[in-house]
Amino acid sequence: MTAITTAVGREAAKASRRRGGGIAPPWFFAAPALVVYALVMLYPSIAGAGSAFTDWSGVGEQRTFVGLENFKQLVRDDQALGALRNTLLLTVAIVVVQNGIGLLLALGVHTGIKSRMALRVIFFAPVVVSPVMVSFLWKYVYNPAPDAGLNAALDAIGLGALRQDWLGDPSLALWSVAFTVIWQCAGYSMVIFLAGLEGVPQELHESAMVDGAGTFARFRHITWPLLAPATTINVMLSTVGGLTLFTQIIAMTNGGPGYATDTLSTVLYKQAFVYGKFGYSTAVALVLAIFVAAVSFIQIGYLRSRETTA
Amino acid sequence: MRTGYSPRTLVRELVMVAVAIAFLFPVYALVTLAFKDPAQIANEPLSLPDPPSAGSFGEAWQSASLGSALLNSTLITVTSVVVLIVLGSLAAYFLARTASRLSYSLYILFLVGIILPFQLGMIPLYQLVNDLGLLGTYQGMILFYTGIQLPFTVFLYTGFIRSLPADYTNAALIDGASHLQAFGYVIFPLLRPITGTVLILNAVHIWNDFFTPLLYLGGSGRETVPVRVFAFVNEYTSDYGLVAAGLVLAALPILVVFLVLQRYVIRGFSSGLKG
Repeated sequence: MTAITTAVGREAAKASRRRGGGIAPPWFFAAPALVVYALVMLYPSIAGAGSAFTDWSGVGEQRTFVGLENFKQLVRDDQALGALRNTLLLTVAIVVVQNGIGLLLALGVHTGIKSRMALRVIFFAPVVVSPVMVSFLWKYVYNPAPDAGLNAALDAIGLGALRQDWLGDPSLALWSVAFTVIWQCAGYSMVIFLAGLEGVPQELHESAMVDGAGTFARFRHITWPLLAPATTINVMLSTVGGLTLFTQIIAMTNGGPGYATDTLSTVLYKQAFVYGKFGYSTAVALVLAIFVAAVSFIQIGYLRSRETTA
Repeated sequence: MRTGYSPRTLVRELVMVAVAIAFLFPVYALVTLAFKDPAQIANEPLSLPDPPSAGSFGEAWQSASLGSALLNSTLITVTSVVVLIVLGSLAAYFLARTASRLSYSLYILFLVGIILPFQLGMIPLYQLVNDLGLLGTYQGMILFYTGIQLPFTVFLYTGFIRSLPADYTNAALIDGASHLQAFGYVIFPLLRPITGTVLILNAVHIWNDFFTPLLYLGGSGRETVPVRVFAFVNEYTSDYGLVAAGLVLAALPILVVFLVLQRYVIRGFSSGLKG
């Protein structure tokens, strides 16, 4: 027994020196995860990127290499270009407004007020509900009838003149969808900002107050710079969420009226499963993937630099 | 210099409560709608239901087959999360405790999966799942969620394990424990905080996911709650009271769980992404 433990001990000590502290676990610990990840994400993504250059219909194995034909078609396709524009507009609106509201909510419920825990629960609750259900809830709120939902509420508070066909008006529908997403996700931004606010030392505020700094000056020079990590996370999450927005569109407008609310995700879905153009669909998916990756890299770089200079 | 409850705090409190009331308006509209009969819906769209009628709930439960949908969702969510925790923590333990170039490359490979939108592989994966005979099955969905959520899970676990001292396992290994024993008895219990985060984030995501279950489970009889609700609402679209009752019922289970575990859920969402 002693011989065995010393042998194991010697072996372990050797391994420990080699690995810098820990004894390395065997490779088979990572194998199952790697196999599933490769099967579900790596292989399909590579295959998807590859079929973006083919005319694959999705039925059977028959596919011909067509080079950049799908991408040429994409830049001539009004629906796809409109979807690209809508995707970018939605993303900008969601990133700016959702995080702006999230920050204000966080500042509002951070300290002092008695109802802060209850309010946090209320503002966060929609985050845990399925986007499908939140979308249907808002679809009713946006009911075009003058005596239902938001229109009825506007009428009740004397703003009847503002009644709209929220989802039926092509110039308004995109913003109505964006607002639904913002309503659901502002609480998510809020809790991340709240976690950031907890890291802001109270002493900094107190000494700044002694020096005569007002509320805004203290926010500008103390709170905001220290919220940089929380801002990084929030902006990244909402950007990727905005770029890949799908469920809310399908549930509320299905891309309509016309193509007014189509996004890259809804177009690639329709191209594949409605029109059977799988090759073209994966070309749209590849464009989306490049956008997501590019934006992620740019944001990580930019926001990290803000964190270190702040 | 604690200011305490000043008049300014009172004003802030009142403003925030007013904001919360406005924020809850859609929920009020939906819940009251579910308790009204068609005549009330037409004549008094915003008033409280008088008298309230709960008849729509039973009908919605039946029409949307919510009972079996809840079972399907629970089975898929629980199994996927358990598999994710086991595979993710094991892989992360290897990645965090192996200092070779291979393990570092493997870690980066997993990270790529966080940025990769699943839409890119959506169609080849659909084909693959079809070829494996897994369309319309629980196994197909569990396999999908495990693969899609692994990068994020591995990322969270690896960061956490790196912050733990290696001495514990070394001691166990020197005492003759196998690697699996050392992991199961020494490491895994230490991972509880991050396991909580992994569990909450993955469970909420999987429970609410819509697109893939729509593709994989549509028409199979094993549809999850969001897929059933989608079909139900599209079928009864003009019957507002019934649709509202169905939405309330379908959202209730996760809201109840959230209210019970609110502290943990909010902490999971606000901490998990710091890495």
